[in-house]
Amino acid sequence: MTLRLKPVDAVIIGFGWSGALLAEALSSAGLSVVALERGRWRDTAENFPPSRAPDELRYAVRHDLVVKPAENTITFRNSVAQMALPIRAWGSFLPASGAGGGGVHWNGQTWRFRPSDFTLKSDTIARYGKRFLPPDLSIEDWGVTYDQLEPYYDRFEYICGISGKSGNLRGRIEAGGNPFEGPRAREYPTPPMTMPYAPTLFAEASRELGYHPFPQPSANLSQAYTNPLGVTLGACTYCGFCERFGCGNYAKASPQTTLMPVLRRRKNFSLRTECTALAIDHEGGKARGVTYTDASGEVFFQPAEIVLCCAYTFENIRLLLLSGIGAPYDPQTGRGVVGRNYAYQTTSSVALGFDGKLLNPFIGAGALGTVVDDWNGDHYDHGPLGFIGGAYLAALATNGRPILNHPVPPGVPRWGASWKRAVAKSYLRTTRLLAQGSSLSHRGAYCDLDPNYRDRFGRPLLRLTFDFHPNDLKMSHFVTGKLAAIARAMRPDWMTIANREAPYSVVPYQSTHNVGGAAMGADRGSSVVNPYLQSWDLANLFVIGASAFPQNPGYNPTGTVAALALHASDAITQRYLRAPGPLA
Amino acid sequence: MKRREWLASVAAIAFTGCAAPAPPSPLRFFTPEEAATITAIADRLIPTDDLGPGAGEAGAATFIDRELAGPYGTSRDLYMRPPFLPGLPGQGPQSPATPAARYRAGLAALDAHCRAAFAGRGFADLAPPLQDRMLADLEGGRILRNDGGRAFFDLVLRDTIDGFFADPAYGGNRGMAGWRLIGFPGARYDYRDFVARHGEVYPEPPVALA
Ligand SMILES: Cc1cc2nc3c(=O)[nH]c(=O)nc-3n(C[C@H](O)[C@H](O)[C@H](O)COP(=O)(O)OP(=O)(O)OC[C@H]3O[C@@H](n4cnc5c(N)ncnc54)[C@H](O)[C@@H]3O)c2cc1C
Ligand code: SF4
Repeated sequence: MTLRLKPVDAVIIGFGWSGALLAEALSSAGLSVVALERGRWRDTAENFPPSRAPDELRYAVRHDLVVKPAENTITFRNSVAQMALPIRAWGSFLPASGAGGGGVHWNGQTWRFRPSDFTLKSDTIARYGKRFLPPDLSIEDWGVTYDQLEPYYDRFEYICGISGKSGNLRGRIEAGGNPFEGPRAREYPTPPMTMPYAPTLFAEASRELGYHPFPQPSANLSQAYTNPLGVTLGACTYCGFCERFGCGNYAKASPQTTLMPVLRRRKNFSLRTECTALAIDHEGGKARGVTYTDASGEVFFQPAEIVLCCAYTFENIRLLLLSGIGAPYDPQTGRGVVGRNYAYQTTSSVALGFDGKLLNPFIGAGALGTVVDDWNGDHYDHGPLGFIGGAYLAALATNGRPILNHPVPPGVPRWGASWKRAVAKSYLRTTRLLAQGSSLSHRGAYCDLDPNYRDRFGRPLLRLTFDFHPNDLKMSHFVTGKLAAIARAMRPDWMTIANREAPYSVVPYQSTHNVGGAAMGADRGSSVVNPYLQSWDLANLFVIGASAFPQNPGYNPTGTVAALALHASDAITQRYLRAPGPLA
Repeated sequence: MKRREWLASVAAIAFTGCAAPAPPSPLRFFTPEEAATITAIADRLIPTDDLGPGAGEAGAATFIDRELAGPYGTSRDLYMRPPFLPGLPGQGPQSPATPAARYRAGLAALDAHCRAAFAGRGFADLAPPLQDRMLADLEGGRILRNDGGRAFFDLVLRDTIDGFFADPAYGGNRGMAGWRLIGFPGARYDYRDFVARHGEVYPEPPVALA
């Protein structure tokens, strides 16, 4: 029997960055807000103090902080011709679970997309002509511009205290920052982190080649910082147990370290953990609330005036499909929108070793490093290259955790005395460079409900159909060549190039940058939500997260996820509450 | 080897080879014979040499034994609902067999193979060069091909390395042997003073979780 609860103004599904930012904005506007989070409560002192946090096996290998596949997974195939099979153990990406979501265990690489990223389709057609686009690409403009989002990027950076150096301050190009970024209204709230050896060598080599290296904008803070809500974060200690881990030093911006201390004091906000949303109930073009189940298995109905679905890409799409909201995408006809335009990230890397240099890779942080953005976006002519998109190239000194990082030069056996000797020599002397490439949505990349596999509640799993588009592989090979050139200029004793190739595999970790499937846009024929992330079908439903990206540029997503969430929150508090109804 | 002998040998190693003597730990999953085989395998995968203790000496059997007795061994946290169908490599592992079951079957198959080929001697009783050959054959798919020999080799290799580099609390990195080998300072958690000291030798010894 479903227990009907007292109505609230807003119910939020999922308490990661998206949910927490919305919770803060709506509760500060006076709304009664309930957030439902399927995972556990967790906070710094209780769950990841420095005496427990640096445990590689538990967190990085056994994935203690993310959702267990036994609780929820997805099925996967490369193309419609194959049968999708369940991802039984996580590999390529790590969907979050628990208070703070992925914000607890992210790296903290905090990017703004470029102005041109938001108008990719129209810019590409204007510059290269319609025929330049492969016919099966389904890229779209976002329906929102960089200038509209700039204040929200800014707000998120100041909530977090991001450490960085501006490259474009109100249109003035600044030395030491990213000259290709869009204009920003203010400098970063805190100065860049101190660079260890490998990122310094990378910066020197790329400068020699005429590129423009700059420090990675980082949510691992270079110094203590108090945010506009009055919450104080500590300084990063370069501990090297960052991505996949909670920070024991309050030094990584997360919902816990930036928003929760304020939310916990608000009487009009409550967080219900170990509560899994089963469906968004709706009737007559209006969401009524959320049906969910708690740890005891009891089922509840939480009525609400506004429903905010902030459950990450996969679960946002699945909840829409399970709840019968919006037309499911059909790859055969190209019709329908829910599940359409899934995209990922096209990454590649170069490993390089130096016999005579101690790089000390254990000195690390999730977003510590130097970056070159010269081959991202569209400021260089793609015409002769025959692809669209690009990547940033980086030396990120994230960690030297030895279970997953014990590189050896090529040709060394996998075990035995010679392996042991090679590991002992290489560990301190090896680093890896990364190309974080764009991923364009295409007709055959989408999500729907799996016909065969079910979750523990008997509901269909989400099915992902995805492979790298030839455009993205061409792009990736091109930028990997540029990355290898920088690597060579660093004069290593050995290097190995790991190009990205098809078919896409869910086994090796690549990134938890799964985007699209509930894409935003100005045209309801090709999008699920409008530029305010408001459902075209139910005006009191907002679907927040990277699920809104129509395709993925060559950057990490969270800065833009947060900017879109805050942009939506302003539209709700300033416009929707006055006149509930479609905002676009 | 009998169970008591295995325990005795672990204790002996603990007292001679490592800085901190570890009390012998009772087995939770392996039989003493299985533990002896794992120790023998681990000693070939990461051998003891002039660089320091190898994986067997550092406690690989203890580490893998405890892991197999826990959620890892039973695939408790993985999606284990049927149907189990063969897939493409890029779809990830699709077997219903848990690591615990794979070790039980894999060790039995390896030992049976060795006993048949070498006059009744099990893997642990072979001379090291012969053990190396057996492992290379397993890795190369030349023996136990139909029993998933190659995948079993990969599993044991991965678990051995995991234990060798995991926190000593898990039992496979006794005396921080794995960390000392490569120069990883362990759970230190603060390098602020050393970030800008490019190329210098980090002077502090490793520390483990309490
Ligand atoms: C290891 C790692 C490193 C990363 N590094 C970076 C980085 O450096 N830079 C960057 O930009 N991005 C990074 N990311 C991605 C980043 O974590 C995500 O973009 C971000 O956390 C998304 O926030 P979100 O709130 O939209 O989703 P999430 O953080 O995933 O939060 C969604 C929440 O919803 C909950 N939920 C899901 N379904 C339900 C349901 N049915 N009922 C109730 N609750 C539900 C989940 O448990 C989860 O807590 C990284 C991710 C990982 C895993
Ligand atoms: S590297 Fe810095 S931000 Fe990351 S967990 Fe360690 S102290 Fe925290």
